[in-house]
Amino acid sequence: MPLIAVNRLNLAIHDKPILKGVSFRISRGETLGLVGESGSGKSMTALAMMQLLPHGAEASGEIRFRKKDVLQMPERELCRMRGRRIGMVFQEPMTALNPVKTIGAQISESLIWHFRISRREALDRAGELMERVGLPVSRFPLERYPHQLSGGQRQRVVIAMAIACKPRLLIADEPTTALDVTIQAQILALIKEIVKKDDMSLLLISHDLAVVADMADRVAIMKDGEIVESGPTGSLFENLSHPYSRSLFEASNHVPQKRVRPVLSIARRRTEPLVKVEGLVRNYALPRRSLFKKPPVFTAVDRVSFNILPGQSLGLVGESGCGKSTLARAILGLEEPNGGSISVLGRDPFSVRGKEREEVHRSVQVVFQDPYGSFNPRHKIGRVVAEPLFLLRGEIDEGEKRRRVEQALSNVGLSPLDMEKYPHEFSGGQRQRIAIARALVTEPRLIVADEPVSALDVSIRAQILDLLADLRDKLGLAYLFISHDLSVVRAITDEVMVMSAGKIVEHGPTALVFDHPRHPYTRLLVSAAPDLKTAIKRRAKRERKAGVMVKEKTATGAGEEAGET
Amino acid sequence: MLAYVLKRSLSLFATLAVATAVVFVVLEVLPGDPAALMLGVEAREDTIAALHRQLGLDQPALSRYFTWLAGMITGDLGTSYTYSVPVSELVGERLAVTLPLALMALLLSVVIAFPVAVVAARNRGRAADTSIMALTQVGIAVPNFWFAILLVYVFAVALRLVPSGGFPGWSAGAGAAFQALILPAVALALPQASILARVLRSALVDTLHEDYIRTARAKGLTRHAALWRHAVRNALIPVLTILGLQFSFLIAGTIIIENVFYLPGIGRLVFQAITQRDLIVVKSVVVLLVASVVIVTFLVDIAYAAVDPRLRRR
Repeated sequence: MPLIAVNRLNLAIHDKPILKGVSFRISRGETLGLVGESGSGKSMTALAMMQLLPHGAEASGEIRFRKKDVLQMPERELCRMRGRRIGMVFQEPMTALNPVKTIGAQISESLIWHFRISRREALDRAGELMERVGLPVSRFPLERYPHQLSGGQRQRVVIAMAIACKPRLLIADEPTTALDVTIQAQILALIKEIVKKDDMSLLLISHDLAVVADMADRVAIMKDGEIVESGPTGSLFENLSHPYSRSLFEASNHVPQKRVRPVLSIARRRTEPLVKVEGLVRNYALPRRSLFKKPPVFTAVDRVSFNILPGQSLGLVGESGCGKSTLARAILGLEEPNGGSISVLGRDPFSVRGKEREEVHRSVQVVFQDPYGSFNPRHKIGRVVAEPLFLLRGEIDEGEKRRRVEQALSNVGLSPLDMEKYPHEFSGGQRQRIAIARALVTEPRLIVADEPVSALDVSIRAQILDLLADLRDKLGLAYLFISHDLSVVRAITDEVMVMSAGKIVEHGPTALVFDHPRHPYTRLLVSAAPDLKTAIKRRAKRERKAGVMVKEKTATGAGEEAGET
Repeated sequence: MLAYVLKRSLSLFATLAVATAVVFVVLEVLPGDPAALMLGVEAREDTIAALHRQLGLDQPALSRYFTWLAGMITGDLGTSYTYSVPVSELVGERLAVTLPLALMALLLSVVIAFPVAVVAARNRGRAADTSIMALTQVGIAVPNFWFAILLVYVFAVALRLVPSGGFPGWSAGAGAAFQALILPAVALALPQASILARVLRSALVDTLHEDYIRTARAKGLTRHAALWRHAVRNALIPVLTILGLQFSFLIAGTIIIENVFYLPGIGRLVFQAITQRDLIVVKSVVVLLVASVVIVTFLVDIAYAAVDPRLRRR
């Protein structure tokens, strides 16, 4: 008998259908991976199971948990179930904890609430839970506040809270999406270990096929509020039958076709580089400890040197806070270095003035992670894209301006008619295209792309990667491609630099660096990155082996079940 | 936390020093010779000069500023021109009326605003919320002196529950004094309570959408428990700002309300002192008001840190 069975679950929010006949079941000790792109209804399914749906939501169907239908339970009973029987881990560790309460108070809260034990006792148990999730109380006292912990540590606290009452089912909604890959690997391993040891069932929701393939026994693929396909992880991924799941799988592995040969700096020593960075240092002053001492200094970028050649696609990988973005900002001329030098087209972007300055600035353009945040919502797209053209003022007239905007829009696959629309009328992928068009309009030589596809769904991500590869072929662009996602970097760059704590620890041809990492940090990064293909292979192998065992178990398992009831 | 309090205290003293200097300079450049005013239009030049000497007005400005400052620290605020009594005595008497009045009004506004805001936030978008919000809109729009007149008409004239004005003094017993202060306090509190309720309601509504409220609900807490345990304290942060600002409005409000109710408070004192050009009283009262507002701001800052641990490091 499954622990929880969702039968033909329908959900509408303000009469807009969100879920359409979703059915699945999770057995005891089993991990079900729920995969899908944004808006597919994954999170709503989880919230429906907890009955924590937003205002105006109406659910029908059945969610059978421990012989009762969750949808029919009165609120009192639901409160006893939540936290006690079903624990939940959320996506955003930064906001999932109450900022004004200590972590000890927050972990012990559900223990006091459900078991009516004393505060003292609950705090002792909270200490044990902290130990369990890898935050020993000796180093992380219970009196700490959430802001005194890092993102990964906070997610550990959230996990401790979710498992405090030893629930039978744990729901983890994108538990590692906001974290760095190495932290992601640690958190996933922790969840795996806890689920196994406590014989919990797990519903793991993720957009990342590799994470799910690694974690889940069975997988359900969702699209537009429906489960299109489900089955044991290994055999499902090896024999995908639904066209959507196949396209999702392909998009996750997508590598744009490279028509240009990789540009490698070793092979082209003689070529004059587009950008030359030498011994770059950038410091930030930290808050003063005392009125009389100098404030301590944080070195975000520490003696970094590299070149970007014309037409080269250079990757920059590293964890959040390693200095990637500071380095990018320096190249864009937004962040004056404290030491070393940058030259763009042979000139120093910080000292050139007048026409030359404009020339330098228009040859380097940028694409950010969140295009929507970088658009003025009250400007039409035509104006948004034309913005950087002020760098050419006096040189081109209105007609030429218009022609350039139209050209840029059609280069990124949009129509010139889109000039009259506003940013909110576009989807996430289209907005990223607009951002790329805006970068292209000055006819730059180099585009700095700071996590340009991180916020996008896999299928859209594949399209944008194709577009970037295409533009490079067509326009001979060079890229500085910043990302935490190694598979994306591998797909689109010729060379890669690995950055850690402000330093470039490894730099070389992308395939070589990732296949044969030399620096320990690169090795850590590569091993932590989830890999879809190897995960599937491992799963399939295990399933084939276990296929026999499953059958054996059903033959002898009847007695076990009878004995238990 | 201690470092934070020390830092705040430093800035408190700096603000007070600047404030006294500004008050002094402003009153210095105001036209009108207090000595000439006291002696009337027919006074002779030499009597005016004599009074100048007596009041210390012949001294240079800077030295007068420091004498005044030193006097304030030792409690000697000088002597009122018009009442011919020590200003400190005058202010002390009046403060015994105004301070309880302002505190009562502040307390009342909090006591009214809190439950009202919680009910509105919990029933967001429903009838209870809309009607409460409509009422607070009225509370903000109607001036407090009109409320005062209305209250006097209903509770003093029609129902004869409380006196319509005047103050019997604390010597007449706390009960009588309280009766005299309750209507003015309510009149002062209602508009403030309306503002406070609106701010707290919207802060609560925002907070109830936060992820950590969802986390609390996922732990099994009821809607009610999640609100009281996790939302209220977070929603207090914007409310404290408003509460601090409201204190100065309350003080300003007392000037009108004390006149409506014939209360011998600071508000009436400063009003009379200004019309009579009793500059030494005006100066002292203004500094007193400024100091009270600055101190309240300081207390609000400390309260911020008490509510929000993230601020303690700064």
